[in-house]
Amino acid sequence: MSTADSSALVEVEDIHTYYGKSHILHGVSLRVERGEVVGLLGRNGVGKSTTLKTIMGLVSPSRGKVLFERNPIAGVPAHRLARIGIAYVPEDRRIFRLLTVMENLRTGLDRRGVSDERKQGLLDKVFSYFPVLAERRDQPGGTLSGGEQQMLAIARAMMLEPKIILLDEPTEGLMPRMVSQIRDIIEALHREGVAILLVEQNVPLTLQASQRVYIMEKGCVRHHCAASELRVNDPMIQQYLGI
Amino acid sequence: MEQISAFLQAIPYDQILIQTLNGLVTGMILALVASGLTLIFGIMDVVNFAHGELFMLGAYIGVVVLAASGSFWLALLLATLVVALIGAALQITTLRPLIGRDPLNTILVTFGISLVLQNYALWQFGPVARKIQEPFSGHFSLFYLEYPWYRILIAVLSAAIIGGFWLFLKYGTYGIWIRATTQDRVMAQAMGIPVPWVYTAVFAIGAGMAAASGVLFGPLVGVTHSMGLDWVLKAFIVVVVGGMGNLGGSIAASIFISLLEAYAAIWVDPAQAVIVSFVVLILTLLFRPTGLFVPTPK
Repeated sequence: MSTADSSALVEVEDIHTYYGKSHILHGVSLRVERGEVVGLLGRNGVGKSTTLKTIMGLVSPSRGKVLFERNPIAGVPAHRLARIGIAYVPEDRRIFRLLTVMENLRTGLDRRGVSDERKQGLLDKVFSYFPVLAERRDQPGGTLSGGEQQMLAIARAMMLEPKIILLDEPTEGLMPRMVSQIRDIIEALHREGVAILLVEQNVPLTLQASQRVYIMEKGCVRHHCAASELRVNDPMIQQYLGI
Repeated sequence: MEQISAFLQAIPYDQILIQTLNGLVTGMILALVASGLTLIFGIMDVVNFAHGELFMLGAYIGVVVLAASGSFWLALLLATLVVALIGAALQITTLRPLIGRDPLNTILVTFGISLVLQNYALWQFGPVARKIQEPFSGHFSLFYLEYPWYRILIAVLSAAIIGGFWLFLKYGTYGIWIRATTQDRVMAQAMGIPVPWVYTAVFAIGAGMAAASGVLFGPLVGVTHSMGLDWVLKAFIVVVVGGMGNLGGSIAASIFISLLEAYAAIWVDPAQAVIVSFVVLILTLLFRPTGLFVPTPK
């Protein structure tokens, strides 16, 4: 399973994760190359979010390996991982509701060794992607709409200048206009060379945005292929994602 | 009409004014003690039963430094710093290993720490109350009283410390880290905030604030090994009445309860005036369990 390929950014090898006594992940393996957008598809409750949380160090796998730039990271606290280039945008966004938009961004921006110009550059960049955040910079995060909160969650992750963003259901519950904005931002991040591990229910978006996809069922990866090999109405999709 | 004017004349305005002043002074000290307590609770769900002993320890260190150096201000500064360090050490050795465990564990641990510190102080300093000399002894006349300027200074200094801390929380990077961690510790961690160290820092800050209030209040009461008990009890009342973990609420509740007690002391014995606090506590728990000074949660 392990490869010596130096372009691998994140490698997950046969991880088993438990919540208490329930066995959620039964040996998941996947990899994300540098700058690659990888989709992770599957029904609700098959372990997609748990896979992301395990990579982020928010739950620790009882077995298996997680490698980041070929260093083992299972068991490393999340705050260290955030510092070395892994950012996490959770499913429920988890905006700091009482902090203003600007303060939310500062949680990731105020790092040691980042010059003021670079900070300003980063802010200018996310404000050009998400002008609405600039307008609301002094407003508490909890007062934003769902779509704006999603933008803030992504912008906040970008403050870490990550090498990979773990993006959990970014379009869930959003209006179509917002969904296309999220797709644009994924493309923009891809152009910048940021890798993305994208968990989504929206199959067309995932197939469009990703280079490769993994399909999960019951805590296992059942299938993996290039995104271009799959159609939205593919029997494979029907089998693992159809209702 | 006569009855109304008789009633108005019967109101002891002078006493009310004096008690307002007294209530504000005690309220500010209490706010200083309670903000540390509420902050520690808000961020790590730790009910710190040793908080009163950190207050007491601050006062004793103040006594020692004052005796050695003769400077009240040096005593205040050193007591704050030393107790902050002790607080950090206590947090790392006893509370950090318990993160994620049942809150009962931390209650027992902090209760144990409070007993150890109290008995250490008794053993080290004996049962006789020590005195901290106030830094100056000026008075101004207030009706029939000579009111000490030092009391005004206590209120002003406490307000300054709380205000400074508020500015730090509002604008400082570490203040943002503390607020982010209070709201969502998992997400804070995912944003690269070293949450275990934030906990330690908050405990140290709370301990330092308790110590500062101990030194400031020392000249008014005398320093004993059990002086923390009254304060921690009152601080707990304030923390509950102000809304657990709510800093602004705790400060408002400190002043509110201290004023109520001070006014009650006009008509009843000061020892009985304490009952007022408990009445407020019970009413709050019955009718506004989330706190008096917070908006009703939806």
